[in-house]
Amino acid sequence: MNDTIRRNRVTRFIGTLNQAQELRLSVEDAREGQLVLCLPYSDQIIGNPETGVIHGGAITTLMDTASGSVILCALDEFELCPTLDLRVDYMRPAEPRKPVFARAETYKITRNIIFTRCEAFQENGETIANCVGTFMRIGQEATPKSYRDLITGGEE
Amino acid sequence: MTDSELLQYTRDTGDFSRMLSSIPYADFIGLECDRFGDDLIFRLPKKEQNLGNPILPAIHGGVIGGFMELSAAIYLMMSQETPRMPRIVDFSLDYLRAGLNRETYAECHLTRQGNRVANVMVTAWQKSRAQPIATARAHFLIEG
Repeated sequence: MNDTIRRNRVTRFIGTLNQAQELRLSVEDAREGQLVLCLPYSDQIIGNPETGVIHGGAITTLMDTASGSVILCALDEFELCPTLDLRVDYMRPAEPRKPVFARAETYKITRNIIFTRCEAFQENGETIANCVGTFMRIGQEATPKSYRDLITGGEE
Repeated sequence: MTDSELLQYTRDTGDFSRMLSSIPYADFIGLECDRFGDDLIFRLPKKEQNLGNPILPAIHGGVIGGFMELSAAIYLMMSQETPRMPRIVDFSLDYLRAGLNRETYAECHLTRQGNRVANVMVTAWQKSRAQPIATARAHFLIEG
């Protein structure tokens, strides 16, 4: 599998997640076991109207999506893996009116569990938040074949 | 209304609509809040835009997280003197069951309140309180 296939799979996958579409998440970079997603700034997701800073919940959704989708960049076959837990540490508020990026990686894959870590940052490179997650492998068969085919497309 | 007037109004009347409409993210996911005596119950009505997994279908895990995070912040603001939105330090979330496409509820408990940091526990459920779909712990910085 090459990076173009990885990018296409992730793009199609997040295309099926209503909330990811609502936030207008997009794929910035995809490679083996690594993924960068972008969350554009929007007035709709402001948490603090005084400062225009976006709410942590939108960052959580960005990081949850990046962590869940990076699994597509690590496994050859598509498996939908539910989140077991997510721990987010907020380093600083995101600067208003700028996009936020999330770089996720899988750092350990076992038969049952996938461990991920993710960093949210902005153009200046400063970390907004760090996140570690665990995802459970329930097997390919747990996901309908039609959905798996939709994500993998006609590539293989 | 200033922020402190808004907070006072919300405390006095139990009407959260004005406070919530001042927070765009609350409207984005559709968060609502009801007061029963001293208890606050946060609600996330069923909303197609909040879905993640399209197969079940289920609410996006990040939305469940955002809902619980914002619930904890509002809960803390209501129990504090300061009208400022508390700053979140960290958030730790366990997903226990799939959050199906239906109304979701959350309630919060102040586990520990220090001078600078508060710890809040949040439980979210759908059909039955006894079967939570997620639990979370959050630390907030309290700015005096």
